[in-house]
Amino acid sequence: MVLIMSENEKKKKINRNNFLKIAWGAVAGLVALEIGGVTLAYMQPRLGDGEFGGMIEAGEVDTFPPGSVTQITEGRFYLSRLKDGGFLALYQRCTHLGCSVPWDQVQEKFICPCHNSQFTTVGDVINPPAPRALDLFPILIEDGIIKIDTSNPISRQNYDITQIVYA
Amino acid sequence: MKPEDTEEIPSSLFDRMRKTLAPSGIPTDRRGRMRMVVDTLILHIHPTKVNSRTLRFTYTWGLGGLSALLTVILVSTGVLLEMNYTPSPPDAYLDIINLTTNVWFGSLVRNLHHWSGNLLIVAAVLHLLRVFFTGGHRPPRELNWMLGVAMLLLVLGANFTGYLLPWDELAYWAITVGTSIISYVPLVGEWLNRLLLGGPEVGAATLLNFYALHISIIPVTVVLLMSYHFWRIRKDGGLTIPKKPGEELPKKMESVTTIPYLVRPELMFAIAWLAIMFFWAMLVPAPLEGIANPLVSPNPAKAPWYFMGLQELLLHFHPVIGAVLIPGLALTSLFLLPFYDVEIKTVGVYFRSQRGRYLAIISAGLSLLISPIWVLLDEYVIHWTMWLPSWPTWISNGLVPLSILLLGIFVLTGWIAKLSRASLEERVLVIFVYLFTALVVLTVIGIFFRGPGMELFWPWMMPGH
Repeated sequence: MVLIMSENEKKKKINRNNFLKIAWGAVAGLVALEIGGVTLAYMQPRLGDGEFGGMIEAGEVDTFPPGSVTQITEGRFYLSRLKDGGFLALYQRCTHLGCSVPWDQVQEKFICPCHNSQFTTVGDVINPPAPRALDLFPILIEDGIIKIDTSNPISRQNYDITQIVYA
Repeated sequence: MKPEDTEEIPSSLFDRMRKTLAPSGIPTDRRGRMRMVVDTLILHIHPTKVNSRTLRFTYTWGLGGLSALLTVILVSTGVLLEMNYTPSPPDAYLDIINLTTNVWFGSLVRNLHHWSGNLLIVAAVLHLLRVFFTGGHRPPRELNWMLGVAMLLLVLGANFTGYLLPWDELAYWAITVGTSIISYVPLVGEWLNRLLLGGPEVGAATLLNFYALHISIIPVTVVLLMSYHFWRIRKDGGLTIPKKPGEELPKKMESVTTIPYLVRPELMFAIAWLAIMFFWAMLVPAPLEGIANPLVSPNPAKAPWYFMGLQELLLHFHPVIGAVLIPGLALTSLFLLPFYDVEIKTVGVYFRSQRGRYLAIISAGLSLLISPIWVLLDEYVIHWTMWLPSWPTWISNGLVPLSILLLGIFVLTGWIAKLSRASLEERVLVIFVYLFTALVVLTVIGIFFRGPGMELFWPWMMPGH
């Protein structure tokens, strides 16, 4: 009887010890997570207005004729105005390995110099190795002025009509 | 009374200073020499005595020592370069121009840093090969092997982050292409890429991030790991002892004092290499192109040379396979090597045995033959995505060719092993040599045979040269 009691007590004691160990371990883990989180948050991209990575003003709606592609160099994107008057802001960065894709006015498509990926005026892939369509930037049209938020390129698989922005 | 108290204090000021800095000169007796190793901070990384067999130059080739020397050169020249550099575009580029044209010996310091960094990759890889070929990764040296692999990755990281700092066209596009490879890691790739770049593409934030990594985070980690690496050599009983195939080591072996038998050749080797590096730096300038222009990509846009093998893989496989799965598998196998390649009887024998030596040559030869043929076939004949149009490309141009390649290597090496009655360790050797040779072939093709549009050209018929 005494033996069983002491066994129980032993078990209980170990549990209490275990509890403290787990508690300390959890606290240490929490501290590590917090430090890791703080570091990651600290390292988030830092962006400013008016330069690439911030809000860019492209100009008035009427300056872009339908069916045209205009390069906005400070924003690193092409403002593509479709034939129906809708806008798409295509990030110039190739989705394959990040080269800058020039617009070819004669062939009316984007042709990457690095690995010959080709894209249409809406950014769809005509020729691999690019794995997906050119990224988009959100477009905001206020009082006839087109503003583009270049802080966060939106990656997409293909073009679809919901991506078009109308004035 | 302590023994020091009995020594008389020299009468002249100069002699007193000399006595403090070099208490008794360099001793000439065995006991005094051993004492000096123990008493001196830097020499203390060595044991007092070493097995005389391990001193054979053609066993170690001094590759670990060369890596350490290059690290010292890199830290010294790096600190000097920091004093003439602003990590912000376009000043970064203008500072390099200023450094190479207006600063006394600016070019020399920059060239020394550049070539030492590049040579360090070569030296570290050769060191890894030397250790693998002599079984130095096997018990009890598992941990030191893993530390070494970790340092190799850090050295690559140091070179890669340093590549961006001149902010010229070469730097900008190599880092753009190199970091884009990261974004193909499933789930976290895009996020990781943006965190590293500090934005959606290489820019001012990237330069500052890379600068911090390059001048503090990576070098501090490398120096800490290096100290750990050196300490582990002693804890693991010194270097592995060279043997001939089939030789049994005698119970009693000659050991000699570290001073001068180890320290002297080390110093001579270091001085010789220092001279080589100075000549190299004087004769060959580090490349510098025009200032980075993010709007126009050059054609072709290539990653730094040490990642060209990886970029070449990317031309043949779907990115998830070529940039993630294959390098991931290879690195994991390399890291965990000491846990499945454990035969300790042949430690110290180059290539395990006489048979191992033949097998290594045959394996390297086969890889030299097959790897370029495979590149050519994949470039001009095989079109997986066209042949298997309904399959997702990561299977058709990823898992399918990868399975065929792995099966091919497995069957080929298995067949060689069976014909030659090779042991397990010799089979591991055959596979390692085969894959390493393939990596070299891919890297050479990427550097010298890829031209505009990443098409294949003969190096002497390259357009634009």
